[in-house]
Amino acid sequence: MANPNGIGASVRRREDARFLTGRGTYTDDISRPNQTHAVFVRSPYAHARIRGIDAGEATKAPGVVAVLTGADMEADKVGSLPCGWQIHSKDGSPMKEPPHFPIARDRARYVGDAVAVVIAETREQAKDAAELVMVDYEELPAAVTSVKALDGAAPQVHDDVTGNLCFDWHLGDAAAVDAAFAQAAHVAKLDLVNQRLIPNAMEPRAALGEYDRATGEHTLTTTSQNPHVIRLLMGAFVLGIPEHKLRVVAPDVGGGFGSKIFHYGEEAVVTWAAKKVGRPVKWTAERSESFLTDAHGRDHVSHAELALDQDGNFLALRVATIANMGAYLSTFAPSIPTYLYATLLAGQYKTPAIYAEVKAVFTNTAPVDAYRGAGRPEACYLIERLVEVAAAETGIDKAEIRRRNFVPASAMPYQTPVALQYDTGDFAKNLDIALPMVDYAGFAARKAESARKGKLRGIGFATYIEACGIAPSNVAGALGARAGLYESAEVRFHPTGSVTVFTGSHSHGQGHETTFAQLVAERFGVPIENVEIVHGDTSKIPFGMGTYGSRSLAVGGSAIVKAMDKVERKAKKIAAHMLEAAETDIEVKDGRFVVAGTDKALSIGDIALQAYVPHNFPLDELEPGLDEQAFYDPKNFTYPNGCHVCEVEIDPETGVVEVVNFAAVDDFGRVINPLIVEGQVHGGLVQGIGQALYENCVYDEESGQLITGSYMDYCMPRADDVPSFAVQYHEDQPCTHNPLGVKGCGEAGTIGASAAVMNAVVHALSDLGVTHMDMPATPERVWQVIQRHSHAQAAE
Amino acid sequence: MPCTVSMTVNGKAVSREVEERTLLVTFLRDHLGMTGTHVGCDTSQCGACVVHVDGRSVKSCTILAAQANGASITTIEGLAAADGTLHPMQAAFREHHGLQCGFCTPGMVMSAIDLVKDNPTPTEQDVREGLEGNICRCTGYHNIVKAVLAGAEAMQGGSVKAAAE
Repeated sequence: MANPNGIGASVRRREDARFLTGRGTYTDDISRPNQTHAVFVRSPYAHARIRGIDAGEATKAPGVVAVLTGADMEADKVGSLPCGWQIHSKDGSPMKEPPHFPIARDRARYVGDAVAVVIAETREQAKDAAELVMVDYEELPAAVTSVKALDGAAPQVHDDVTGNLCFDWHLGDAAAVDAAFAQAAHVAKLDLVNQRLIPNAMEPRAALGEYDRATGEHTLTTTSQNPHVIRLLMGAFVLGIPEHKLRVVAPDVGGGFGSKIFHYGEEAVVTWAAKKVGRPVKWTAERSESFLTDAHGRDHVSHAELALDQDGNFLALRVATIANMGAYLSTFAPSIPTYLYATLLAGQYKTPAIYAEVKAVFTNTAPVDAYRGAGRPEACYLIERLVEVAAAETGIDKAEIRRRNFVPASAMPYQTPVALQYDTGDFAKNLDIALPMVDYAGFAARKAESARKGKLRGIGFATYIEACGIAPSNVAGALGARAGLYESAEVRFHPTGSVTVFTGSHSHGQGHETTFAQLVAERFGVPIENVEIVHGDTSKIPFGMGTYGSRSLAVGGSAIVKAMDKVERKAKKIAAHMLEAAETDIEVKDGRFVVAGTDKALSIGDIALQAYVPHNFPLDELEPGLDEQAFYDPKNFTYPNGCHVCEVEIDPETGVVEVVNFAAVDDFGRVINPLIVEGQVHGGLVQGIGQALYENCVYDEESGQLITGSYMDYCMPRADDVPSFAVQYHEDQPCTHNPLGVKGCGEAGTIGASAAVMNAVVHALSDLGVTHMDMPATPERVWQVIQRHSHAQAAE
Repeated sequence: MPCTVSMTVNGKAVSREVEERTLLVTFLRDHLGMTGTHVGCDTSQCGACVVHVDGRSVKSCTILAAQANGASITTIEGLAAADGTLHPMQAAFREHHGLQCGFCTPGMVMSAIDLVKDNPTPTEQDVREGLEGNICRCTGYHNIVKAVLAGAEAMQGGSVKAAAE
């Protein structure tokens, strides 16, 4: 490696210095002179008509500056929060897209729906006054679960959405699937629920609105993964503020996991209110509000069938899924159970025919949108559970049945029957690496040892593939995306050779300030400490799409490479001029610009200085400056893939599931910073284990009250709930269509882990006759399953 | 009813008039402007707000500022040496990539230091159980555990800051 801080080095993170000393700047850390505080009055009912709001007492309370309602927003012509992706139903009709106002106007549609906002001198005063806002509600019956909401008798969430059906979409070749099923030697069937989760980034959402009367400029500081998207959506669709008068800043952001992609009503409210009250307005969610109002994730109810021939080869897959959208369409909600889900149903297998139907449903619950993995964990969980069922039913070893059906590396690029073209992947290799990591051959002995202790033991696999860096823009547009999906970068050399990189990607834990700087250090031989990465401020960076879908390095990093290409081309021109050589004779070696075949050479620092002190440039041929911008639009998705294996031990007396061994083998293409990549995997795994064993968002099915509304009720995985992990990756299959060969690593852990854990749990319980249980496998549920089956066995 | 609260924060005497209901974490963040200590929940579960009160780790959202009257408080801002040298636990978190978004980190580091004070040579299981009151959503705890084990060892090494604690 030429540069100790270049590509492939586990450079210690540069951002840690401020985070470890309490000097990070998160949105709630920012306070402005004369600032006010906003507290929202939220619906205590899942569904209610708002007959009137009496803010009289609240307005008179100490410190109150204003009490504002949906009617005030309507009077100011504030629009609806837009949806960024349009799906068309089977019959060609567009999805139902009812309005979603930042503050509800006539009806509240979920517990937590905002109905008014109190703005006061202090947070406490605003909270006190919010208690005094009298809302006259007429409680209405609620449609809470997706399956019941589709039943014709269910209450209507929106008057003009018949049967609460947002869209009825499909993908694949139904006739081919039917024909294959008719020929099948065996059909494996499974009903399964992918339960609703609450993302729970540790930093609650927050927003600070400011308005400068002198310049007419609005500034929103917010907990966002993509400030430009917020600026576009809020400016153009909600508040009618042109981009040059609207700055959106996402400073340090304390985790996102998808939940901070979306444009939320509170952002529009504080921006609008700041102008109205003539003072900065800050809102910070309490955790209870986060539980109620952050977009939730998953919530699928599915039926799946896999047709196999007599040798265990997969012939066809048929899937029907009901996806809960919640009360309104969040920014990217419709894309999650469709193009990020059904397109992944091929998994790693060469299943020739696939057909999926997805019904999206409105309910009186919080909106549902992307949560780490976003559609892909749901697809992986469905396929991998079904494959495990098929293995059990056919008696074929679960590793072998997978191996038999893998798309072989030699078949790449591979066109799946569900729209994607995988570029690379060696799935058998992942499995080969993983098996010895868990001593698969020794499992039977370990199971016997567990049995001697009175414990049940199981081992489960998940071989996953995901599509990351949603792309290219023209394809995404054809599929319903209302935005482009490129990324921007600007690489600016300064006169004395230091570099500022402006990126449209956003870091909220991913360590871009380190990884992106490594790219520059590697390319130009610049000391890493001389490279600054700037992100998260629309007034500084070119229009960028932000960070989601594991896209930052594959798309944002590629944009940086493209900008560096331009810098290099310009630097060559300058070098040729300085060295009095032909441009074609300039070669770049280890970051130095050399005249081929000579010892004449310049460093990029020498060139940068000349670029800004161009005393003798031929100005008609060579502009001063060394500052280049690029927009990179990917040619295809990237396809990270891997094999996760989980081994669990279950205490039948208590139902407690212990993850005793977990191995993850991943193919992320080329790895820039192994330390950071492994950290991403660890975190993802625990979110996946969290879904499998602990987390569950529960609404009361009648009242629509959120039962799991705090950390006392919603079980977050803690340090003593999870093991340490064995994590490996290989770099043999670099992505073929981006300049770095990278695939993305942010969501992989979450995508593979839930399925691997549940396969292990069901395997452990299989001796009792258990063939499936839904997540989460909490002690109580496991214990009940054990009791039920033990009694059933005893009765036989 | 306002009341006057006085305490020592990171070695500096401070005094403010606050509402009686003011929590210690609100006092630190909103009244002193020391925003290194974070608020991640409203049920005293997440541990992002952990500080040391007279040398013991305390969730600063569970006590009133008035209850800390006269106490000596150490926050994440007060851990590193005056010359910027990180406390061994801070250094270990950096070395072992024990943080990602950084939001739970201040509480995690403060809890870890108190844990090691009680148990200077913890096992992995001791660390996992000892950090049960701190939630991290990013790291999966793997590298936090590694960092705390390494930090514990470094603290025994008698580095400058550890000796001063």
